[in-house]
Amino acid sequence: MNNAQFAPWEDPAAKPLIEFKGVTKNYGTFTAIDNIDLKIYPREFFALLGPSGCGKTTLMRMLGGFETVTKGSITIDGEDMAGIPPNKRAVNMMFQSYALFPHLSVADNLAFGLKRSDMPKSEIQGRVEEMLRLVKLQKFAGRKPHQLSGGQKQRVALARALAKAPKLLLLDEPLGALDKKLRQETQFELMDIQEKTGTTFVIVTHDQEEAMTVASRIAVMDDGKLVQVDTPDRIYEAPNSVYVADFIGDVNIIEGGVSNVSGEAAELSWSEGKPAIKGVSGERIQKGSSGAFAIRPEKIAISRDKPVDVHNCVQGVVEDIAYLGNMSTYYVRLDNGSLIKAQTANSRRIARRGLTWEDSVWLSWTDTAGIILPT
Amino acid sequence: MNFSRKALIGIPYVWLLVLFLVPFLIVFKISLSDYAISIPPYTPTLDTTNGWWAGIRELWAGWDFENFVFLTQDDLYWKAYLSSLKIAVIATLLTLLVGFPIAYGMASAPPEWRTSLLMLVILPFWTSFLIRVYAWIGILSNEGFLNQFLMWTGITSEPLVILNTDWAVYIGIVYTYLPFMVLPIYSSLEKLDESLIEAALDLGCTRIGAFWSVTIHLAKPGVIAGSFLVFIPTLGEFVIPSLLGGSKTLMIGKVLWEEFFSNRDWPVAAAVAVILLMILIVPIVLFQQNQQKQREAAK
Repeated sequence: MNNAQFAPWEDPAAKPLIEFKGVTKNYGTFTAIDNIDLKIYPREFFALLGPSGCGKTTLMRMLGGFETVTKGSITIDGEDMAGIPPNKRAVNMMFQSYALFPHLSVADNLAFGLKRSDMPKSEIQGRVEEMLRLVKLQKFAGRKPHQLSGGQKQRVALARALAKAPKLLLLDEPLGALDKKLRQETQFELMDIQEKTGTTFVIVTHDQEEAMTVASRIAVMDDGKLVQVDTPDRIYEAPNSVYVADFIGDVNIIEGGVSNVSGEAAELSWSEGKPAIKGVSGERIQKGSSGAFAIRPEKIAISRDKPVDVHNCVQGVVEDIAYLGNMSTYYVRLDNGSLIKAQTANSRRIARRGLTWEDSVWLSWTDTAGIILPT
Repeated sequence: MNFSRKALIGIPYVWLLVLFLVPFLIVFKISLSDYAISIPPYTPTLDTTNGWWAGIRELWAGWDFENFVFLTQDDLYWKAYLSSLKIAVIATLLTLLVGFPIAYGMASAPPEWRTSLLMLVILPFWTSFLIRVYAWIGILSNEGFLNQFLMWTGITSEPLVILNTDWAVYIGIVYTYLPFMVLPIYSSLEKLDESLIEAALDLGCTRIGAFWSVTIHLAKPGVIAGSFLVFIPTLGEFVIPSLLGGSKTLMIGKVLWEEFFSNRDWPVAAAVAVILLMILIVPIVLFQQNQQKQREAAK
């Protein structure tokens, strides 16, 4: 879904597949989901992202029919889902534990849902083979789940959830049990399958990298609320709060007071006697209130000499260097005691890099590299 | 394979040899002998006055299958075997009927309750089996608690005759062997992943459909193990039918007891025991195979 034209959420006439209206879920006195409004469009790959306990799984299980709604309503394809049990919904779910039936072979697992649908018996076999081909498991049709590797089980679970051609597929931490390399490969396979089948996917994950990779839009959740719903690049480049900026990727946060706001630009005074930092103005900031400047480490340039023609520059001492192979992160201690991370790509060999520990350096960034957020 | 490993594997075989095979051979030997008024009450016995070889030859010559033939002639015995089989099968099914919901309820209970519930199931074992069966006499007799309660509530005007019927035997067996049914079923249900049920619902099953196609299937090893654990001892059960059953309740365990202690006909009693063992070997072998299959499936 990296297609630039695919953005139904920007089209007011587009009809959403799923609509949450003021949805609240209480467990006794605990509020798991707090008054959520959300629209998800057909063919979207939508990610629910947040730390554990933020309510993302509850929100998804509501779509599957496994949790009831305390207040508000959920519609799928225009139909109110209240009181409709899981077996009556055109929604399928891929479970975190995969939930493959241990007593059934791979083919029988795939056929399980089809046998309970109105599909004629003669077509079931063909559909099972089609699904096996989709996930490249033709050779494993006769195996039992315990004879499969983790990656194979994951694909059987995916194929089983897709077999009934649901309008909506829910994926609960689908790649959580795989090792890193397999996870990255599978992410692309997932996107590929999503595009091929044209199904709407809603994925729950706590892995921000995974959400960034696969999703067309991401909803960042905290404490039962949606903090920001946006495309991965907007979430990364224009977070609407310190929480989102901090949750997604690496970030430097400099706190201070908002000294000036003029349209898209804003200034933050952060240390006495130092010029204010210029940045992009975030949502809901006001002159005179407290704020925080957020900037990604890779947007900070590091140099030995003071750069010319740049407004935002501060001096510090290199305290630590983390060599990551393809890039290095410099931890620079400023005069006021705060620690700033700056990242540079290692396009040169290690011996030719100029900077080392205890060096006095200048950090600089452009006026649009960082964003000033309310705190 | 080194010695210590061989010795370790050898222990159960020595155990079987000393505590099963040797006693069995002694019983089998007695079953081939004839009844005699003597101590021990059978003949021939090994007499080594003319030397070991002559004694063994005399012993061999005295053995025959007369007692086994006798068992087929008197219809008491095969009727007792059949009746025992019938009672064991029905009692096992009844125990399953009562035990499965209990195990299911325990496995679905909140985890913090499960240990206490498990404790409650095992608790009766802390009292002597004999005392518990005796207690049922007090409950089931015509003047017993059950009848007094039924008549007090007005459900019946006359006492129900339960004690000394097959019903009392079934009640006694179900009560006594319930834990043997509940525990294996509970252990297989407890392992059941709740998301499997949700997956079945998600794929179009109703609640009841999911129960049949997933829960029952995955509880099968526990059901099989529990059924064998109840069936095998029930088949030879002696205490329950003799305390709770009536004169019409025919069970092979009771016949065996009477043959041994009332009739003092050890050879016939031994023959009854040998046949009982032969009948029991079938379910025991099936049980072993089931356990083996489970172990392989768990790998």
